[in-house]
Amino acid sequence: MAKRIEAVGVSAYYGAFKAIEGINLVMEPKSVTALIGPSGCGKSTFLRSVNRMHEVLPGARVEGRLTIDSQDIYGRDVDVTAVRRLIGMVFQRPNPFPTMSIYDNVVAGLKLNGVRRRSTLDDACEKALRAANLWNEVHTRLSRPGAGLSGGQQQRLCIARAIAVEPQVVLMDEPCSALDPISTLAIEDLISELKNQYTIIIVTHNMQQAARVSDRTAFFSIEKTGDPGRLIEYDETTRIFTNPSVKKTEDYITGRFG
Amino acid sequence: MTTLTTPTISSALHVRRLPAWAIGVTAAGAVALSVALFSGLGLLGGGPVLTAVGAVVLFLVGLSVVSTVVEGGRAARNRVATALVYSAFVLALLPLVSVVATLFGKGTGRLDADFFNHSMRNITAFDANGGAYHAIIGTLEQAGIATLITVPLGVLGAIYIVEYGRGAGLFILAFWILIVSPHLSPNGRPFYSGFAASLALSVLMLPTVTRSTEEMLRLVPAALREGSYALGVPKWKTILRIVLPTALPGIVTGVMLAVARAAGETAPVLLVALGSPRINFDPFHDPQESLSVYIYDQATSASRYAPARAWTAALTLVALVLTLTVAAKLLSRRNTLNKGK
Repeated sequence: MAKRIEAVGVSAYYGAFKAIEGINLVMEPKSVTALIGPSGCGKSTFLRSVNRMHEVLPGARVEGRLTIDSQDIYGRDVDVTAVRRLIGMVFQRPNPFPTMSIYDNVVAGLKLNGVRRRSTLDDACEKALRAANLWNEVHTRLSRPGAGLSGGQQQRLCIARAIAVEPQVVLMDEPCSALDPISTLAIEDLISELKNQYTIIIVTHNMQQAARVSDRTAFFSIEKTGDPGRLIEYDETTRIFTNPSVKKTEDYITGRFG
Repeated sequence: MTTLTTPTISSALHVRRLPAWAIGVTAAGAVALSVALFSGLGLLGGGPVLTAVGAVVLFLVGLSVVSTVVEGGRAARNRVATALVYSAFVLALLPLVSVVATLFGKGTGRLDADFFNHSMRNITAFDANGGAYHAIIGTLEQAGIATLITVPLGVLGAIYIVEYGRGAGLFILAFWILIVSPHLSPNGRPFYSGFAASLALSVLMLPTVTRSTEEMLRLVPAALREGSYALGVPKWKTILRIVLPTALPGIVTGVMLAVARAAGETAPVLLVALGSPRINFDPFHDPQESLSVYIYDQATSASRYAPARAWTAALTLVALVLTLTVAAKLLSRRNTLNKGK
């Protein structure tokens, strides 16, 4: 199921401002890739480029080549909605749809893409909620509003919503930064489980988290404010955190940077 | 009052507070003093309004003095500001209460079954009966059709401005007002009809609906749109199923404000629907009455029975708009999940 994402010379712009430049990365299927680096270095921009969410903002565009199992994501004849169905995304702040119940939130992606059969939706809902470790907490109140859950539960609800459409790749943009340590632990456990099925790319500011959950880590950085972000080093997580080959990576990881 | 020996900056957490009865005593004293000064002695000409205003001012002054002495300057400023806020609220409420009281006082005279199931056909200046049945029909049809025209146009226009247009908002609004509204305007129509009135009213309602919908759509967080896009949902479906339902209660409020405004409009209806004493269910042919035109007719009529009918019609109009607004609010709320549970 899971697919390989490959970036070759990817640059992304916000209008005239170049946010990232020349990113080359290969993200392996059924593994967790962590993107770390200081604020403003373009980690999130790169992540949003992968499922074409970057271009949602006015004036934003992407150059270079991004492929999913050697299919061009930015190809001329590519349907953006199909890309996003294949590459799901979880955001920094939980964003359940406020007008929908827990059930409707989970199956929103299926329902809004035309799936009507109640039994299919029921099965998908239970499967996604179980996968997101939320089923036991909410299965008795599926018709309650999704916005009534706690922050950690809401984030897991959003993860369930993202995986209910059965994507191949899940992008996570600082999914735990608005959560307490216990909810963070729940999500990290979840990430290790999801790894068996999906390709996961996670942006995080928490280096312990990157070390805990990821197989490979990419370190992004900028020279100074206003410069585009670049990929400094990309390697096995254990290597990045124990024996990085670039001085800058070591400085950042040991806290001597910025 | 007694002298105080409080240090300039006290580290104590417990400070002296004005007891609740002291505020009551201050208020009573202010009222008594004001009555004595303005009503009793007739200072500045006296009168009940001056007495009331004087009581409020005296209360504010007294409260500030008492509070400063007992509690200190910060607490006194807080008390005076709070009192001012409450006074402003009461002041804002006064006209509303006055209108409602007048309507109920004068409007209940003809509040009978006759009023709601008879028209003014064959009612002369010497007849005490007659009703506003035809006018209620007219108002409902004209405002209803106007709403049917305005809501899709206004909401779609707002969606264009917020979701698709890039800074074209002003252009679109100007386009509607300058290009489209003359075509909708009834100037070229050869005959009077309720539909002409609907068109005129919809021109009037369109900017209100568009503007309020625009604001409501802008309030929907971008995170919700992104959440939907990330599920592979196309933009149009995101707008239809995520953005609009989230903004619905606010849009309904805007629409109801426009409806209330249209239902109370007299001049355009008078010009293009003319008004009629007969019952006319057909909005497309022949003159039609509306409640506002009816009020205008009756209020300017020479008959001694007419004013009572005008007041009752005014009460009916207010009740009608209120009922519609409450109903619309309840309907829109039913679709939105209750967050409290």
